Amino acid sequence: MNDITKFSVSDLNLFYGSFQALKNINMDIYKGKITAFIGPSGCGKSTFLKTINRMNDLIEGVTINGTVTLDGVDIYKEMDAISLRTRVGMVFQQPNPFPMSIYDNVAYGPRIHGIRKKSTLDEIVEKSLRQAAIWDEVKDKLKKSAQAISGGQQQRICIARTLAIEPEVILMDEPTSALDPISTLKIEDLASELKKDYTIIIVTHNMQQAGRISDKTAFFLTGEVIEYGDTEQIFNKPSNKKTEDYITGRFG
Amino acid sequence: MNNAGKEKMVTENAAIGNQAVGNQKDYKDLVFRTIFLLCALLSVLSVIAIITFVFTKGLKPFFGENAYSFSDFITGLKWDPGKEVYGIFYMIVGSIIATLGAIMLGVPIGLMTAVFIAEIAPKKMVAIIRPAIELLAGIPSVIYGAFGLGVIVQLIKKVSPTGQGESLLAVICVLTIMILPTIITLSESSLRAVPKSYREASYGLGASKIQTIFKSVVPAARSGILSATVLGIGRALGETMAVMMIAGNNIGGLPGSLWDKIRPLTSNISMEMSYASGRHQDMLFATGVVLFLFILVINLLLIKITSKVGAQGTKN
Repeated sequence: MNDITKFSVSDLNLFYGSFQALKNINMDIYKGKITAFIGPSGCGKSTFLKTINRMNDLIEGVTINGTVTLDGVDIYKEMDAISLRTRVGMVFQQPNPFPMSIYDNVAYGPRIHGIRKKSTLDEIVEKSLRQAAIWDEVKDKLKKSAQAISGGQQQRICIARTLAIEPEVILMDEPTSALDPISTLKIEDLASELKKDYTIIIVTHNMQQAGRISDKTAFFLTGEVIEYGDTEQIFNKPSNKKTEDYITGRFG
Repeated sequence: MNNAGKEKMVTENAAIGNQAVGNQKDYKDLVFRTIFLLCALLSVLSVIAIITFVFTKGLKPFFGENAYSFSDFITGLKWDPGKEVYGIFYMIVGSIIATLGAIMLGVPIGLMTAVFIAEIAPKKMVAIIRPAIELLAGIPSVIYGAFGLGVIVQLIKKVSPTGQGESLLAVICVLTIMILPTIITLSESSLRAVPKSYREASYGLGASKIQTIFKSVVPAARSGILSATVLGIGRALGETMAVMMIAGNNIGGLPGSLWDKIRPLTSNISMEMSYASGRHQDMLFATGVVLFLFILVINLLLIKITSKVGAQGTKN
């Protein structure tokens, strides 16, 4: 299978004030794959994830240099954050449904982008909930509060909400760290299913998770990418000693 | 208002007190508990005393020999103590319209200000706006009245078809300014209490800042904003001094337009209480009973709203 580059990152540096959080990142992320970012806390993996959809724009005092391109277009110079985020959706660490009904949560994105017609919205909501493998569980309670269901269900509602804006890429920032093992498994199955249509980038603390679901893995340490390659190779024959130490559980 | 809660506290105190008997340190503890309890009881007793007093005086004219018809009182369109005519319907209408007007202007303006302070304005600007609002809240109402009389009434006089400045419009303008601090402060804190994760989720879906504020942050803060509105209603309805100075205080007739004079329930009481006696005085208390009932309804509404917020909180 030919690998098509979705994101291309070159010479990326990011500073919070005078603290350098990302150091000289170079990486290509491929279409239709699941790419996992692993590494100990504070290594920059989440920061890097937020650089890809410009969520870091919201934080004061962040300076970024280098380039990130999406399909060859520079996301910082040639694209506005809003259209970028419409193409690159995000699922957060804590399930964060809005305090509204399940329906309104999923319809939030489409409504923001100007879809008003009830029948169109109905279709999008059903399609997104089906894709997120939660339709059967919630189809009879679409009008109920999205905060009245379990954490695992909430997270799948959040995934459905992201799918509803029909992004090309889905970023997942430790999406299962707040969930129980069964919910975690459901989200993982879902991610594997979704990669048919979407490019997925997932940050995870859980090494087994990265091993189970990802095609590519990048190991981050103190703001640098230590090693990036096929997940199988990273886990079985890491070429860097630090990667090996981390994966075998010697630190982190 | 909170009798059930107080009773519970009393029984709890008694239980803890009983355990404490026989020990020097616990004895001290009991003394302090009693002092705290007495302090707390002071406000409860005050409320009870005020209610009893106002209701006994205010309901007197409608009972016994030579009773005044309650329906004449509540539906009457004329107030003329000299001729023993006591009708307050036109005052009720005046008070309600003035309050509604102030809410209709004050809530949008206050909410926009709160959004601006909480979400948009740079810190330096907030450092100027917020003290200004706090100062506005601290100005005595007689000063508002004087300002209303000296400025707003004069302006209205120039454009009013009646040629007079004291009017419903003047009352609405002054009340709007007076309720702003309440609306702004409470709305702002409820906006700030909205979790950051809602904002992130909204931005993550490609929403702009304005869309995020109005589709996600403001709806999430709606119970706080609603409480602010209800408190604003209470403030506007109960305001006396400023309103008395600019309302015109006509002796009868429903207000037909914004230019007409009104006679709010509050100013009816404060204008005449100092010299009224006998039935006249009782009728002023009866006006107070009506005002009190309105305030009671508003308080109940507020309790209902805030308890609903509490329920939402536990669900999260």
